[in-house]
Amino acid sequence: MESLTLSDVEQKYYSELFLSCDVDNTKKVASNGKVLDLFRAAQLSNEVVHQITELCGATRLGHFGRSQFYIALKLIALAQSGLALRVESLNSVRDLPLPRFVMGKNEQETRHAVMFADTENQGSYFPRHPGRVQAKKVSAHEMIQPCVPTVDPQPDTTSPVVSPHQSPPTSPHAWRKHKRQASGGNVDRQPSVPGVVWPPFREAQPGPVTGDGMWSAHSPPPVQESWVSFTDTPPSSTLPMHPPSAQPESTTVRTVPSAMTTNEIQRQISGYDDPWKITDEQRQYYINQFKTIQADLTGLIPGSAAKEFFTKSKLPILELSHIWELSDFDKDGALTLDEFCAAFHLVVARKNGYDLPEKLPESLMPKLIDLDDSAGVPEPAPEVGFSASPVEVTPNKSPSMPSLNQNWSELNQSNEQWETFSERSSSSQTLTQFDSNIAPADPDTAIVHPVPIRMTPSKIHMQEMELKRTGSDHTHPTSPLMAKPPELSDETKLAATIKFPGTTVGDGYSSSDSFTSDQEPISSAVNRQRSHSGTSPEGLKVVAPPPPPPRPHASHSRSSSLDMNRNFAAVPAGPQQPGVVAFPPAVPPRPLPTQTSVPHGHRSVEGDGLPAHTSTSPHQMPEQPNFADFSQFQAFAVDQPADDGENASDSGQAERCAETTGTMKTAKNDVQSEERNATTVNSTKVSTPLAPPPKPVRRRLKSEDELRPDVEDLPQKSNIIATVLATQPSIPRSIGKDKKAIQASIRRNKETNTVLARLNSELQQQLKDLLEERISLEVQLEQLRPFSHL
Amino acid sequence: MAVCIAVIAKENYPLYIRSVPTQGELKFHYTVHTSLDVVEEKISGVGKALADQRELYLGLLYPTEDYKVYGYVTNSKVKFVIVVDSSNTSLRDNEIRSMFRKLHNSFTDVMCNPFYNPGDPIQSKAFDSIVSTMMVQAC
Repeated sequence: MESLTLSDVEQKYYSELFLSCDVDNTKKVASNGKVLDLFRAAQLSNEVVHQITELCGATRLGHFGRSQFYIALKLIALAQSGLALRVESLNSVRDLPLPRFVMGKNEQETRHAVMFADTENQGSYFPRHPGRVQAKKVSAHEMIQPCVPTVDPQPDTTSPVVSPHQSPPTSPHAWRKHKRQASGGNVDRQPSVPGVVWPPFREAQPGPVTGDGMWSAHSPPPVQESWVSFTDTPPSSTLPMHPPSAQPESTTVRTVPSAMTTNEIQRQISGYDDPWKITDEQRQYYINQFKTIQADLTGLIPGSAAKEFFTKSKLPILELSHIWELSDFDKDGALTLDEFCAAFHLVVARKNGYDLPEKLPESLMPKLIDLDDSAGVPEPAPEVGFSASPVEVTPNKSPSMPSLNQNWSELNQSNEQWETFSERSSSSQTLTQFDSNIAPADPDTAIVHPVPIRMTPSKIHMQEMELKRTGSDHTHPTSPLMAKPPELSDETKLAATIKFPGTTVGDGYSSSDSFTSDQEPISSAVNRQRSHSGTSPEGLKVVAPPPPPPRPHASHSRSSSLDMNRNFAAVPAGPQQPGVVAFPPAVPPRPLPTQTSVPHGHRSVEGDGLPAHTSTSPHQMPEQPNFADFSQFQAFAVDQPADDGENASDSGQAERCAETTGTMKTAKNDVQSEERNATTVNSTKVSTPLAPPPKPVRRRLKSEDELRPDVEDLPQKSNIIATVLATQPSIPRSIGKDKKAIQASIRRNKETNTVLARLNSELQQQLKDLLEERISLEVQLEQLRPFSHL
Repeated sequence: MAVCIAVIAKENYPLYIRSVPTQGELKFHYTVHTSLDVVEEKISGVGKALADQRELYLGLLYPTEDYKVYGYVTNSKVKFVIVVDSSNTSLRDNEIRSMFRKLHNSFTDVMCNPFYNPGDPIQSKAFDSIVSTMMVQAC
């Protein structure tokens, strides 16, 4: 290598270039890639570049050492000045202009949209607007626009190498970076851009406006250290239109840079507002323009209309096409308000000489624009794979914009994701899979009929318990529902049914659990029934909506207990299967509402809603075969001093209630007998406390009155109620005044509530089973029918 | 990675052609031109079926010892041709398909641009960038 002598200027320039290429910070070797880019930026033909590379020895070495780099640069200068590339000429030629590089060598990163100002554009301004000062913040590593300052007529301040404009404007897309002169002085030039911007579309130009905004926009992506070239624009930098702000900005800028390292500068730049930001004024203007095309601010401007509009700006079609590409974010061929503003903004910028960015600046991105202003139309939520905008980033003005921009660009270009999505969506494979998954109607499958069931926790528990006890159940294939009258005589069965609701409700009520546990003799039957009901598919939820869960009669002192008693009394004893069948629809809920209504009616201590009782109990009666459970209550009741006579009377009541229901009649006797039996049994067993003695009696008394008109009460239920009533000794009304008695009565009421709830659930279950049976029978009937025709 | 990518209009003139200039572009131009015959043949061959059923991806048009040529045609009879190096054996059919898909999408975006007149050469930068990503990376 021949020794290379460089002038000071050259030396400085080359060293800066070298540093900029020296990505690896080795200070010795410039990476090939960067150097090649740089050389390409020199606008030399490839072969010349190769030649230069060879000459400087890099090809031999495989990398660019500093000396090779310098030689290469010199050769480039030679080539650019049209001289032959010869090593000898390296030192011979004096006064060689510095090599010119277009597009700053740091373009390796894909241009970030922000870089605009092309030095030559700037240069073009400067001569035009001598008064303007452009504040520039330059780092030592910045690329110097290598042309002799002499070319620049500008009132450049200190920097020796200012240069900006030397060569005639290159392609609009050539970017030149300004490099802060090594001297560190800032060249303050008022950006002229603004003035030019608006005239086409607007009236008077306020005057030199800071193009600082633009300049900062041109600042290279923060990534590139050496590219700080642009002056930091103070945060408020926006596109010109704010001359007043511009001034202070520029002044501040001046003071800033010298002290700053490139990194700091970078940070500053990234921290500042994007020069592409649209000011309010501008935005308003855009919006007005939008309205002229499309009155609806939330609507879209079709492509053709937009084309016409923007063609008026007299920009070349190619540039307009590029602007369109940038601004039509969702690629739908139409412009939303945001997109339109972005496009307009870009047009304005372009008209003022700013180069179009490669990527849409963040501040122009649709959703970010929303932040700026009221007029922003929120972009549609991101629907991947669809024409909507790729990402709906939550608007945030934080300095994370650069990252947003990158994300956007990435997303924007990651079309393949969209493609795959669209493809996937087009394939209906998943759909078919779903279709096939639909199982054929299986009456035994709970899934089939997703009829909503209101399952009280207790009920669910009950069912679970039933399932657990499936073992012994099968002796009664069909639930008590099916048993019908013949089984009514079965005390155990009754008891079982009675127990059933009890257990179903038992979950929520510990007392009921204990209660059920007490029912030893009955348990077997209960188990059977329970298990049966458990086996009966819960899927049988076809017909009636599930009864509402029993409402706890909280805070009802005696009245609730009275109600309960009445209900119990009203329940006809024995599982009236046929009876139940006769009244399947809407049966279950009635007890509950009636029960609830009853307590309401019985707010008074003496709880009178007798008439209400009558109304309720009849409903309850026929519905719940589980009313048999009430025999348990009866058993409890029996426990009390309440006499059997009362029970008998209760049962008689139940009987009467049953009487009203024709189907009940058969069960009546059974019920009665069952009741008695149950009561006796229960009485023997149950020692407790289900309800305080007085209460049941009271209820019983009342229920007696009310039960008569009961039509549908199941004998079971009456039985149960009677039992319950029996369990409660008559309470003299005077007692109610006693606090303790009240509390006791409360307890009793709660217990009765629990029991009733259980009963209800059991009955419901039985109803379900019954319904299912009915359905199966109907199916059989259907099957048989065709044969009948044969 | 493709060595050459071309977009041919319905009238069989090129809208866009880009190749990695390692072996001279003329050769690729010629290759693409000759592949058009194969494309036509494939298109017409499925004539009995409805156009909807015709697959857009034509697959390998023909291989030479140096490279393989893949074709893709849109419903508007715009053809995409990708030439890949034969030595690049790792390229699977799916990858080629995805490349075509990307091309198609980019092409659609270009078409959506109201400033683009169909039939003009494609000068969109976005399209260029997409194509560049698919080309063999060369210096």
